[in-house]
Amino acid sequence: MSKAAIVSNSSGSNTGVILRTENITKVFPGTVALDQVNYNIYQGKINVLVGENGAGKSTLMKILVGNEQCTKGRVILEGEEIHVRSPEDAMRHGIGIIYQELDLCPNMSISENIFLAREVVHRGIIDKRTQQQRTRELIQRLERKIDPNTLVSELRIGAQQIVTIAKALAQDTRILVMDEPTSALSTTEVEVLFRVIYELKSHGITIVYISHKLDEVLQIGDCITVLRDGRLVAEEVVKNVDLHWVIEKMIGRKLETLFTRKRHKIGKVLLRVEDITLPRVGGGYEVNHASFELHKGEILGIYGMKGAGRSEMLECLVGANPRATGKIWLGGQDIGGNTTLKRIQAGLVLVPEDRQRDGLVLTLSVTHNMILASLEKYLNRFRLFLVKKKEEKAVNTLIKELSIRVADPRNLVVSLSGGNQQKVVVAKGLLTSPKVLMLDEPTRGIDVGAKHEVFEIMENLAAQGYGILFVSSELKEILAMSDRIMVMSKGTITGEFTKEEATESKLINASVVGNGLANEGKQ
Amino acid sequence: MSEGKATKTKRLQYITRTGVIQLLLRGRVFLALIIVITVFTLLSPGFLNIANIIIMSKHVAIFGILGIGMTFVILSAGIDLSVGSIVGLSAMIAGGLINEGIQLPQFGVIIYPNTWMVIIITLLVGIVMGAINGLVITRFKVAPFIATLGMLYIARGFAGLRNNGYTFSNLIGKPEFGNTGFERLGASSFLGVNYSIWIMAVFALVAYLVSTRLPFGRHVYALGGNRRAAALSGVRTHRTETIVYMISGFCSAMVGLIIASQLVAAHPATGTAFELTAIAAVVLGGTSLMGGRGSIGGTIIGAFVIGVLSDGLVILGFSTFLQNIIKGIVIVGAVVIDQIQIKMQERIALQRQESK
Repeated sequence: MSKAAIVSNSSGSNTGVILRTENITKVFPGTVALDQVNYNIYQGKINVLVGENGAGKSTLMKILVGNEQCTKGRVILEGEEIHVRSPEDAMRHGIGIIYQELDLCPNMSISENIFLAREVVHRGIIDKRTQQQRTRELIQRLERKIDPNTLVSELRIGAQQIVTIAKALAQDTRILVMDEPTSALSTTEVEVLFRVIYELKSHGITIVYISHKLDEVLQIGDCITVLRDGRLVAEEVVKNVDLHWVIEKMIGRKLETLFTRKRHKIGKVLLRVEDITLPRVGGGYEVNHASFELHKGEILGIYGMKGAGRSEMLECLVGANPRATGKIWLGGQDIGGNTTLKRIQAGLVLVPEDRQRDGLVLTLSVTHNMILASLEKYLNRFRLFLVKKKEEKAVNTLIKELSIRVADPRNLVVSLSGGNQQKVVVAKGLLTSPKVLMLDEPTRGIDVGAKHEVFEIMENLAAQGYGILFVSSELKEILAMSDRIMVMSKGTITGEFTKEEATESKLINASVVGNGLANEGKQ
Repeated sequence: MSEGKATKTKRLQYITRTGVIQLLLRGRVFLALIIVITVFTLLSPGFLNIANIIIMSKHVAIFGILGIGMTFVILSAGIDLSVGSIVGLSAMIAGGLINEGIQLPQFGVIIYPNTWMVIIITLLVGIVMGAINGLVITRFKVAPFIATLGMLYIARGFAGLRNNGYTFSNLIGKPEFGNTGFERLGASSFLGVNYSIWIMAVFALVAYLVSTRLPFGRHVYALGGNRRAAALSGVRTHRTETIVYMISGFCSAMVGLIIASQLVAAHPATGTAFELTAIAAVVLGGTSLMGGRGSIGGTIIGAFVIGVLSDGLVILGFSTFLQNIIKGIVIVGAVVIDQIQIKMQERIALQRQESK
């Protein structure tokens, strides 16, 4: 615990640890999400927590606020062990959380939301006036002027964020966890939020701040903790560190050792996309007139922040969104008007970002998942029945080719580890004999070894002449893997770089165009 | 030598207490069936006589056939509440066709379709009703519960309208119209087994093959397990879902025909509340109401449990009230056990992972 000592000494004050975890371990079906984590939260500080996707940040927080139970380990609040079995328990101990996706009921008013499940009751009847009065006070404390009777659905995202904070404060929160609070906010809203956070800090409230946006983290944080692959790798005072230090700790090894591409020949145009547009409900665009080309044997990386429209664009390409417009040619053939099935048959296939939500049918076996998109290949002579032998042959070939570790392909797909589940989704795509493979965050939530294997698979496929679209939020990955990189921001393609041109700062700058973070004047 | 020993101990590990419990839980419906039959036989020695078996198997056939259609619907994460009403409507359609024919007053003729045509037309009506369910659900995004609840009322209404609430009786046809023999569907038997049982057996076999060996079957499972993943894999979700309700409508029409034939009469209230028994058979058979998990075989055994249970309780002289209570307990109990088994499987999977 020498590191803890460093922090409290160098911070130059006598504030101590308000909450710490001892050897917290969490096992999920398929992965060890947290591995003996000793995490410290310092009283009255803004504690920032960073790590790559799947490093275990959210899981750790879910355990602290009672949404998950740890497999092993202890949570100690002010020197005493506590057992947090539910969010209500956490609340009783003064631990509150604001989630990435706002957990408000849009059909109810602000005050109803703030007092949801804790209604102020007078003789069995909800005391509306008191609730509204208290809501007004809370909102004023957050420097806002909103009528407590406003429906949440009528508020802008930034204002909704304020409501969730008010909701947490209404419950005498001493430790407030903020999970990616700025992911949906505009620049001005972020500034307001930061002011609110400083204000909370001045009232002695301890903040835990989780974010992907490292510049933000360094701006606002007092102490920083880095998680990597479920382990706590570093803890420091923010003013002693810089961006390089953080990235190095997060990734854990140099770019060169992560993956090196072999170069191979890139062929002629395989996929041409023109003016792909997806209007956003309520104005604007999710995907704004995107046009690009993809060549044979090329890996085209698509970088951008969360919500930049990358996944949405891929879904438009595969025909999953009926509101999308635009033209698509695959190998010279116009497939713009086709259904998902026809596009898959033409050779376009998507490996979706959220494999459990969009990629896998968790109630089915490995085999049945793998062959789901290519069933017509395993029919008998009369094209009626599925032939088990053909299915097994295809599945076993892919299991060997992608080295998927599975005891028996007849087992349910949930029994596999995250990395192997991802490979099953890739295998499902490959079995449709595609020409273009679209991989949306293929390395999300899988361990380092499995990542390496996924990259190897991508490399081999590209060498075989597949065109690969590769979406990632991780700079290092995208720089290492892509022949060409396209950057998206707010639905628009804001930059395109060859492998030689691309640098981290160029990509980041392009990814915040229109966000106002870097180029405020442009919008 | 030592290697052989190692594999032996490894194998022995599988026969642990949790292993045995798992096996019992998996075969629970079958176990329940055996227990029910054993208990009834012990309580009433004449329980398993030929007459009882024939009555019971006829009831089982009706719920089995309805359950087959319902299994597809529930596997796709839907529900079909209109089953009983479509049974009634089909019975009335068949009865009307035999007794009154198709009247075309503008031409001054009445067409009496022969018995085979009656059966085919009735089945088509069932399929169309199912298709309407499916289209309302897929095109207009109406929740299956609501869409089929509407159809429950509408089909029952049409069943009553067909003959102003009266029964079509004496459905034996007339030799001069060439439409005799309808009653044979319910009364005759082949190899000593009633036709309705054969129909259930054939339906069950076909449904088993469709659900396990046809791409369509896989699509239904995928639809119920994860609609988004299915759509992104190229499954035509609207089409698959619509067909599922058409199958259910078809099975309901078949049951309507069987009942009308067995009674040699068609009453507009035929099949009231049958949908609930069909759902109970499916759920008893281990199919998850969340969709994506279950089997036709389970449903058939579930139908046997329900059939034997309800007839057995009647034979043993239990009151209707007591019968209802027991049936309710059995159905909820089955689902409770289902949940326990899922939890246990998860725990075992976790333990395996940690030990790795």
